[in-house]
Amino acid sequence: MTSLTLPGDATSAPAAARRKPSLARRLLSNGAIRIGGALLLFMVLLAVAAPWLYTMDPNAMDPGSSHLSPGSQAEFTNLGGEVFQRFFPMGTDSMGRDIWSRTAYGARISLSVGAAVAVGSIVLGLLVGMVAGYFRRLDGTIMRIMDGMMAVPGILFAIVLVAVWRPSLLTVVLAITVPEIPRVARLVRSVVLSVREEPYVEAAVALDTPTWTLMRRHILPNTVAPLIVQGTFVCAAAMLVEAVMSFLGIGLPSEVPTWGNIMSEGRAHFTAHPSTVLLPGAFLALTVLAVNMLGDGLRDTLDPKFNKRGS
Amino acid sequence: MLHFLLRRGLATAPVLLIVAIIVFLLLRMTPGDPAAAIAGDAASAQDIAQIRRQLGLEASIVHQFFSWLGDVLRGNLGYSYFYKMRVTDLIGQRLEPTLSVASLTIVLTVLIAVPMGLLAAWRRDGALDRFIMGASVLGFSVPVFVAGYLMIWLFSMQLGWLPSQGYSRVADGVGPWLRHLVLPCVTLAVMYAALIARVTRAAVSEALTEDYVRTARAKGIAEWRMLTRHALANAAVPIATVIGLSVAGLIGGVVVTETIYAIPGLGQLTVEAVLSRDYPLIQGLTLFFSLVYVVVNLLVDLSYLLLDPRIRY
Repeated sequence: MTSLTLPGDATSAPAAARRKPSLARRLLSNGAIRIGGALLLFMVLLAVAAPWLYTMDPNAMDPGSSHLSPGSQAEFTNLGGEVFQRFFPMGTDSMGRDIWSRTAYGARISLSVGAAVAVGSIVLGLLVGMVAGYFRRLDGTIMRIMDGMMAVPGILFAIVLVAVWRPSLLTVVLAITVPEIPRVARLVRSVVLSVREEPYVEAAVALDTPTWTLMRRHILPNTVAPLIVQGTFVCAAAMLVEAVMSFLGIGLPSEVPTWGNIMSEGRAHFTAHPSTVLLPGAFLALTVLAVNMLGDGLRDTLDPKFNKRGS
Repeated sequence: MLHFLLRRGLATAPVLLIVAIIVFLLLRMTPGDPAAAIAGDAASAQDIAQIRRQLGLEASIVHQFFSWLGDVLRGNLGYSYFYKMRVTDLIGQRLEPTLSVASLTIVLTVLIAVPMGLLAAWRRDGALDRFIMGASVLGFSVPVFVAGYLMIWLFSMQLGWLPSQGYSRVADGVGPWLRHLVLPCVTLAVMYAALIARVTRAAVSEALTEDYVRTARAKGIAEWRMLTRHALANAAVPIATVIGLSVAGLIGGVVVTETIYAIPGLGQLTVEAVLSRDYPLIQGLTLFFSLVYVVVNLLVDLSYLLLDPRIRY
């Protein structure tokens, strides 16, 4: 029991009761956070540094060098007619595009979609949840609308939204965000409802604190920990939904290098070239795994009460 | 009991109404003219005007909504532009494969996940628990289509044990039907088993801290009997709840799985409808899936009566 600490150890150890270690120390003592964080950091670096990581233009194609196996060396003629020798670490797709370059650039799309959806659904869900939890007269109506939204299966909701709008990065992000809002709103509302009853909130109300100040100073801070945890799970789910949409041919246009698009392109040739689907799939799975581990670790560290996966 | 059914049924009415409004508005959010979108790029102005009249787009939006809702309540979901047939007939035709995949997946998931969660809770913080929980985070993170292709690669291409494509009707024999369902259902079950194993573990762990468990142990009850009769029985309600809620995810998973395994069910129909922008079909399918979700969760609520004798409606 040296490197791998069990989730929850930091809080259950008797020493923790006497002297609470700093938050950063508690977070880093959690094995899931360390492993998930490191893996996620790796993917972020891959996304940011994509141009310098032995990549080429992710859309450069050469039909003459299509379907190369991973690890092959070949001559590549780009559209400008330049010919050069290149080593293809992950092979090429049916149009002779370098899969490693597409995968590295694809990390940018996946991660930014995940982050944007997490931030977007938290901001909007926070707004809706605070209003529903605080202004009791609106609660019934708002929560019925949220229930109705939750009854439409999430992926289906997103797919239909993208089908109606034209697929672009913005519409894909919006389409994945909208179905996530009710889940965040419910979480925020439940926090607001329990915090409202706390004596310090009653005291603030008795002191005639303006509603806005009350919310910002007393209620908002209580939502931070559960929202960070929920945000990581939303981020993981959003990356999966984006990939599913690209994979089904409904998401971002097929020339955009996303992990889902690479796999979608490889689908037709799967029996002959399984690596085109499985290698980008591994990157996607590892990234989602990293974010989920981070979320699990954060949940155990930040809030032991919040013990069930947000549904 | 009847009283409860009535009350619970009435409570779902506003949810269904909201769903109907959402589904109706979804297609009115199309940028530009829905009639032009339906007619396609090659349509003349005359065609578009014709479609506008057919759809009743000249009327006010509220009027349009209620006339559409009236049709829906009479069981008329409109006509598919692409298939030139009634949406309800299309759904009926494609229902069997989807129902087979979904129900078999749920059975498989419960059979795998509940014992795993029970074991994990029983040996909480032990090696077995850490292994099961680690596997569940992994199961959660592997996208359905990656899992699907991995299984096709392994069981179909490398080992040649199972067919990787298509569906065989149950009327044509149970054997072929099952053989075609194994891979899709296992693929889908990976993710659900992960979710349900986690919830089972949490619920059983909580039950294991209760006094009645200590009492049962003090009486010298056999360990497995304590686990099933006392701990699991008391954890059944949250487990059933999650099974109900995860049906939404299951529907999304079915859409992907049917595409991978070329199963001609409702999921594949949805993808086709979206790709061909067949709006009435998209509308009908979305409404249908949402209705399934609401009904399943109603049934889950009812199952509490069986699972927990303390609950009386």
